[in-house]
Amino acid sequence: MDLFFLAISATFVNNILLAQYLGNCPFLGVSKKLETAIGMAAAILFVTSLASLFTWSVFTFVLKPYGLQFLQTLTFILIIASLVQLVEIILKKKSRTLYNALGVYLPLITTNCAVMGVALLIAKKELPFSEMMVFSSFSAIGYGLALILFAGIRERLLISAVPKSMQGTSIALVTAGIMALAFMGFKGMAS
Amino acid sequence: MIAPIVLLVGIAFVAAIILGIAAKVFVVEEDPRIEAVTDLLPGANCGGCGQAGCSSAAEAMVKGKIEVNSCVVGGSETAEAIGAFLGYDVTGAEPTLACATCEGGYRAARKFHYSGLQDCRAALQLYHGYIRCENGCLGLGSCMRACRFSAIRLNPDSGLPIFDPERCVGCGSCVAACPKGIISLVGEKTKILHWNQYTQCLSPCRQRCPAQINIPKYLAHARRGEYGAALMTVKDRNPLPTATGRVCPELCATECRRTTQDDPLAINAIKRFVADWERTSGKRLQVPIAADTGFKIAIVGGGPSGLTAAYYLRRLGHEVEIFEMMPKLGGMPFYGIPDYRLSEEQYQWDIDGVLELGVKAHTGVKLGRDITIRSLKAVGFDAVYLAIGCWFGRLLPLEGKELNGIYSGIQYLRRFHTAEEIIKGKRVVVIGAGNVAMDCARSALRIGAESVLLIFRFSRDMMEANAHEIHDAETEGVIMRCLVSPVRFVGENGQLTGIEVQEVTLRDSAGGMPEVLPVEGSDEILDCDVVIQAVGQACNLDGIIEADGLEKTRYHTIQANEETLETNLPGVFAGGDCYTGPRLLVEAIAGGRFAARSIHYYVTEGKIPPIEDRQREMMAPALVDSLVNVIPTPTKAIKPMIPLAERMGTFSEVERTITEEQCQKEASRCLNCGIYCYDQSDLPQDQLRIAKSCPNEPHIVEKKETAPAA
Repeated sequence: MDLFFLAISATFVNNILLAQYLGNCPFLGVSKKLETAIGMAAAILFVTSLASLFTWSVFTFVLKPYGLQFLQTLTFILIIASLVQLVEIILKKKSRTLYNALGVYLPLITTNCAVMGVALLIAKKELPFSEMMVFSSFSAIGYGLALILFAGIRERLLISAVPKSMQGTSIALVTAGIMALAFMGFKGMAS
Repeated sequence: MIAPIVLLVGIAFVAAIILGIAAKVFVVEEDPRIEAVTDLLPGANCGGCGQAGCSSAAEAMVKGKIEVNSCVVGGSETAEAIGAFLGYDVTGAEPTLACATCEGGYRAARKFHYSGLQDCRAALQLYHGYIRCENGCLGLGSCMRACRFSAIRLNPDSGLPIFDPERCVGCGSCVAACPKGIISLVGEKTKILHWNQYTQCLSPCRQRCPAQINIPKYLAHARRGEYGAALMTVKDRNPLPTATGRVCPELCATECRRTTQDDPLAINAIKRFVADWERTSGKRLQVPIAADTGFKIAIVGGGPSGLTAAYYLRRLGHEVEIFEMMPKLGGMPFYGIPDYRLSEEQYQWDIDGVLELGVKAHTGVKLGRDITIRSLKAVGFDAVYLAIGCWFGRLLPLEGKELNGIYSGIQYLRRFHTAEEIIKGKRVVVIGAGNVAMDCARSALRIGAESVLLIFRFSRDMMEANAHEIHDAETEGVIMRCLVSPVRFVGENGQLTGIEVQEVTLRDSAGGMPEVLPVEGSDEILDCDVVIQAVGQACNLDGIIEADGLEKTRYHTIQANEETLETNLPGVFAGGDCYTGPRLLVEAIAGGRFAARSIHYYVTEGKIPPIEDRQREMMAPALVDSLVNVIPTPTKAIKPMIPLAERMGTFSEVERTITEEQCQKEASRCLNCGIYCYDQSDLPQDQLRIAKSCPNEPHIVEKKETAPAA
């Protein structure tokens, strides 16, 4: 039951994008089309889960025993960057279709704040393995959800009457704000 | 202090080793050229080319899936660098350009009051904007805003988008933005392979022209003095404009809507002017040729159909060789049309235009005698196009047919262009009333015949020749006798001295041609020393049929599939006169391009896709009533003719080319007809028929115009 609450909390209540404001760059950058947003969401899910697993292992088995927690940001960057590279190399060889589907998004999220943020949050909360897996994957799902919803709204915005001064990024930011307000409605459901 | 350093260095070291090993273990065998091409690309990973990033684009370029000039960001410099690296001729790889298929005429007519959002997609979802047309452009400019390169602007008069070919990179953003799906990317190949469809907006002249030349477009260019662009428009459909410009009977003009008001446009005179403009300049306009495909095509017959097929197949990137039985290329128009209508030198310009693309030609090689279809295939030709024409002149099986002095029209005309002796006669009788008969009669007068009599067994209104040919022949002194039928040839010592004829009357019969009834006791003998029979042509297929097993029809033409021109032999196509029977030059040209289309699909894809909604019949006109507002302006483009005295004894050209001023004046009479356009009845009087840019060429920008700052 705890895991279920954790999942709900990670997806909706503490949505990494709309409640914690992490990973805003792709949120605004690749949300113009639903199609690209879905591709990005898939890439985020894949990389976040994998990166959390590795960073959690390093944190739990290396940093913590030797009292080197202050190095976590540096090591995590190093690990995530190498990991994404490695994944890209392997995918290219083993699964050409997946490689083509993720395309340019893989290298783009190498140093994404959301991926990094999840890894750091896990370290901060010192979650055990199962909770770590649920938290990281559902955080990514929450990210994808927000991104896809946002892309859908932006596609509609494209054909709506928007005052000239508000067109483009302005209206996107306002929309993001309203979405964040809407997600605040989940507050208190599970923490 | 040591621990953190050791840790970070350790992790970095481990990561480096793992990555290094992974790079070795999971190495993907890649063409080294891909990497090189990737380096040449700008590395923006924008996806504008339709590929997932620059490395995918490089891969596709190396594999030949996309053109080297597909990169949207790099532009022509990048394309040239890549092309040079991959060994392609970049100048030949013409980019695809955006082009709207909506060619709707005068779009000022606003059917609805619309004050919603100025966006086509929004408008379509609401009430179609100002105008409701199932097919056409809404004119709100979503494509213009979608274009990242400012290549699109809206024509303020017509409301249609205008595409700037200099700026358009063929990225396709506008294609995606248009909710009506009327913008497409058009490259040279598409243009060559395209055939008229019922779904298109086609002016009546375009529907009628067998070669499907975009007539309103070239007239619009000619009107503005852009003769090069006009000629290129013609050459997109017809590589022999000098010849057609002189001898085409202008089927297009019979459908010209000007006829309901005044005179049809002198369309062919304008074509002739632009063709001569290039020929007299002596500098040929360059046409793009696609990258080599590696397929070899043999074309048997160097006449108009064969030359046309060679021209388009070469432009599609195939290697083409022509096999011609006569000593020179050109076919019937070369050997059958007298110099006073089309001279060898003039026609040679068109022929050279085909050869200069890199088409190889072998003359004096006859199919069935020197080569067979099987031998052509054996030496590596992937497809064969038979365009051998109708070279056998029919002869009437009358008594005395073995006498000296009886010739077929083809035999007679051919000798003016070969080393054989020219047939001269004092009193010449020509049988028949087609264009060949007129050519024979007028040629006979020119080489000194005292009298030329033309006999025809039907009535004068049934003469097949072009009306002006009949008129010219009579003014030059040919005597015509209609309703006279030949009975037998009369001769002495094997030499022809006369022909016995009989008067006839006609009686209507149910099945087409009227019945011919002889008039009793009307027999007479006409004195003559030469009889030329222009009574029809046929193909001589016996040699080929024996050697290769080709099927023929009961009309002694080659049997081929109407939709593809394929014969019963795989990879062998037939077209032109040897498939249709003797027809017009322009129809042979149309057949040549149709064969090129079929052969291109056959060699590259293995099967030939059918043409959807192929236009065969004239479409019902939709706008005839609006012609009441057109001011009558009779044609002034009458071709100058040389006086009678200068015609005899020489073969100098009778009809001359119109002047530049005549050409521009005449072209401006064009009404730019369409079919799906709006009814103009709501328009104020002063807005009618004054469009400044031809709607049939939305992708061509008026260069002279000072474009507003983009």
